[in-house]
Amino acid sequence: MSGTMPMNGTMIDTGRGPVGIVMLVHTALDRAEQVARHWYAAGCPVVIHCDKNTPRGEYNAFRSALSDLPDILFAARHRCEWGTWGIVSATQEASELMLAQFPQVRHVYLASGSCLPLRPVEELITYLTDRPRTDFIESATTADVPWTVGGLDEERFTLRFPFSWKRQRHLFDRYVAIQRALRTKRRIPNGIIPHMGSQWWCLTRQTLSAILQDPERSTYDRFFRRVWIPDESYFQTLARQYSTNIESRSLTLSKFDFQGKPHIFYDDHLQLLRRSDCFVARKIWPHATLLFETFLEGKHGARERTEPNPGKIDRIFAKAVERRTRGRPGLYMHSRFPNQGWENGTTSEQYSIFQGFSDLFEDFEPWLAKATGAQVHGHLFAPNRVEYAGRQSIVGGALCDSAALRDYSPRAFLTSLIWNTRGEWQCFQFGPQDNQDLNWILARDPNAQISVISGAWAIPLFKSNRNFAEIRAEAAELQKIENTHLKVLRSPYSKARIRIWTMADFIESPMEPLQTIIDEIGHKTLRRLTEAPKMTDLTGFGQFLQNLKNQGMHPHLMGDFPVVQDPVGLQSKPRKPYLVQ
Amino acid sequence: MGAVQSYRLRNQRKRWRIRAFRKRRELRAVSDRTNTIKTDDILLFSTLRNEKVRLPYFLKYYREQGVNHFLIVDNDSDDGSLEYLIKQPDVSVWYTRKSYKRSRFGVDWLNWLQMKYAHGHWSLVVDPDEFLIYPFCDTRPLRALTDWLDASSIKSFSAMLLDMYPKGRIDAQPYSEGQDPLEITSWFDSGNYMISKNPKFGNLWIQGGPRARKFFADKPEAAPALNKIPLVKWDRRYAYVSSTHMLLPRGLNLVYDEWGGEKASGVLLHTKFLDTFTTKAEEELERKQHYAASIEYKAYAESLAQNPDLWCKWSEKYINWRQLEILGLMSKGNWA
Repeated sequence: MSGTMPMNGTMIDTGRGPVGIVMLVHTALDRAEQVARHWYAAGCPVVIHCDKNTPRGEYNAFRSALSDLPDILFAARHRCEWGTWGIVSATQEASELMLAQFPQVRHVYLASGSCLPLRPVEELITYLTDRPRTDFIESATTADVPWTVGGLDEERFTLRFPFSWKRQRHLFDRYVAIQRALRTKRRIPNGIIPHMGSQWWCLTRQTLSAILQDPERSTYDRFFRRVWIPDESYFQTLARQYSTNIESRSLTLSKFDFQGKPHIFYDDHLQLLRRSDCFVARKIWPHATLLFETFLEGKHGARERTEPNPGKIDRIFAKAVERRTRGRPGLYMHSRFPNQGWENGTTSEQYSIFQGFSDLFEDFEPWLAKATGAQVHGHLFAPNRVEYAGRQSIVGGALCDSAALRDYSPRAFLTSLIWNTRGEWQCFQFGPQDNQDLNWILARDPNAQISVISGAWAIPLFKSNRNFAEIRAEAAELQKIENTHLKVLRSPYSKARIRIWTMADFIESPMEPLQTIIDEIGHKTLRRLTEAPKMTDLTGFGQFLQNLKNQGMHPHLMGDFPVVQDPVGLQSKPRKPYLVQ
Repeated sequence: MGAVQSYRLRNQRKRWRIRAFRKRRELRAVSDRTNTIKTDDILLFSTLRNEKVRLPYFLKYYREQGVNHFLIVDNDSDDGSLEYLIKQPDVSVWYTRKSYKRSRFGVDWLNWLQMKYAHGHWSLVVDPDEFLIYPFCDTRPLRALTDWLDASSIKSFSAMLLDMYPKGRIDAQPYSEGQDPLEITSWFDSGNYMISKNPKFGNLWIQGGPRARKFFADKPEAAPALNKIPLVKWDRRYAYVSSTHMLLPRGLNLVYDEWGGEKASGVLLHTKFLDTFTTKAEEELERKQHYAASIEYKAYAESLAQNPDLWCKWSEKYINWRQLEILGLMSKGNWA
């Protein structure tokens, strides 16, 4: 065996235990030394491979620091670059050395310098001794796992990867693209089925030696040499050829983030790691002194040991990936500013917009607040100021009522308001006299519930004491604006829950639509509405519309009002609020 | 981005670097301990003027976070700041009497010092009234963050400027040397920020907070920028363009996710509004050395004379970074 360098000549003490540790190290060698001593102290022989990129001086210091321990061997050094063959050949060579020098070893455990045993090594040894024929190696076919990052799953095996992903990214990507264009495909030798899984395994002597001593090994090696990230597939694939009993999971707790790099453990993970009952965890931050002290210097409290149960850690890291890839809906901040269409929710929660209701009903805001328990604002987008509920000057999140600030960034205003008041349903009034910048955003937001009584903006004009020429001009303007808005709401791109009634339709039977809208607003009261809002007196409104028509301005959004008198449902006397059962 | 614009930005970056190189002559090393900087030290750069009273806590705070060396430009202080800094074993100080404004508010000076000393280091650029908060900063040192950023191939880390203020008049509680300024300025606005994208440099432009609400409610476009990218794995080819708001090359400004996710980010607690502020505002108005003809300070001076209470009933009291993360002012991203 070339390059193997047992420290004490060739005769090796065989009094060591049945579990051998192959350790791949490249940085933080002081921690690696600590961990190696820990394995050693429990009776495990250790073979260390140190990356050739590690400076010679550091390596020599590391070796001499461990020179007092006879059964720690050092394998010949290979250059290990992430995603390349070097790591596999380092593993092969170190494993060969382990099998050859320590004949009593039954299981070989592959670990790294940043792996930390969480449970006493004796427990691991007992666990493995109880399962003498079991290979612990995570191994799944490419089609069945969603792990892969960057779109390379099956192509890891069918394309060639001669360029470094870290240093020659451009060439790497180009060469992949060219191969895809040319549809070149490599032949997979001997019909083996590619499997993938965690790099960190624990194999029995039988399986491992079968892989290493396979007469076809050179064929496989040649093939995997050009596979992308072979350390996650070489042993995983070949173990399937020989093992009689594969337990497809890694004994090393190792979580990966969405880019495929391992999550790192820090001192504040101590309790989590303790409760995980896993044998080994990686990656540990080298400066996490508390973790090393706790787990290496045996400061554990005795506790009932069970099967490894990393569930809680899984959840924490899964959440982190979720946060990084999906984020919190409706949040805009300095590290989350989604492009249009990628917001994963324009706003954080549901809210309601009422158009025309407060014109038609005299006490709509207080009535709605009472009926729903929601926060009911006035016209948030009114031209002069933001009309918050109760006409406060400032609301949650310190949003103030300055119209200038709001109009500077209406979307930020709305999304902040909804974000700041999470857990409380927001309602606000809207109308054609308000800032219309958000019409599309609101219409496209599935969180918005938009209810429109079209043409109701005419009521304040009807009641106003202004010259008719002015009224006519303003009515024309408002009708135009509302018409544009309605087109937006009716467009096929709208995703909000939108309901539009003409004013004439609505006043015919107002309670039914109100009930529907209110039922949708969170606080489910199973009772029917008992109190109607007070509708304003519309006597003479038909004539008012006719006057507008006579002046050449045709109001059409409010539907058909009889010219002369009493549109259906309206009495000539001011009506009393009525009860509906 | 077209090739032409790319070329222009490249030229612009080179101009800033040449400018920084020329401005090096304005700096005189008073206490140069840069030979003690080790290869992977975390460096902090700052420009200051008359901040003696803030310095002890400032240095203590960042030392505890794990900053290894401070490189500070003293712009003609006359309150003993310089003398104090010279005595610190981990501080190198340069002195200049030249115009703060003409060095583009200190950017040229610091660009030069970073070019010279920060190459290959994680470099933090903050003012003496800014305190960096990052995810897990109560349990993990700054080195844990920079190691993680390195492992993730992330070169720049953003931290929004969060204006902190006291409850009551700004001058009501006196600040004493060495005191944690957050004991006084412990309040902030949690949800009134406005963001837009700067198409040229690719950075976000954030405005809002108490200053926009109180001083710029009728002219929001003039409200100060709150976006900052203070922590960068520096390379001598980099240059800050305007304060720490944006850098070149512009890839460094992409500290936010555009596809719905959240990148890890922090917050710079801005403790400007101490009792020292009123005098400072007057002085700065006199010197006219600040941004846009000190428009900000003019606005302050006007409002301060009337009612300098930034607090409102919806102000949030600062507790810890987790609170800021829940409020959506920073994010752990995929750091867990």
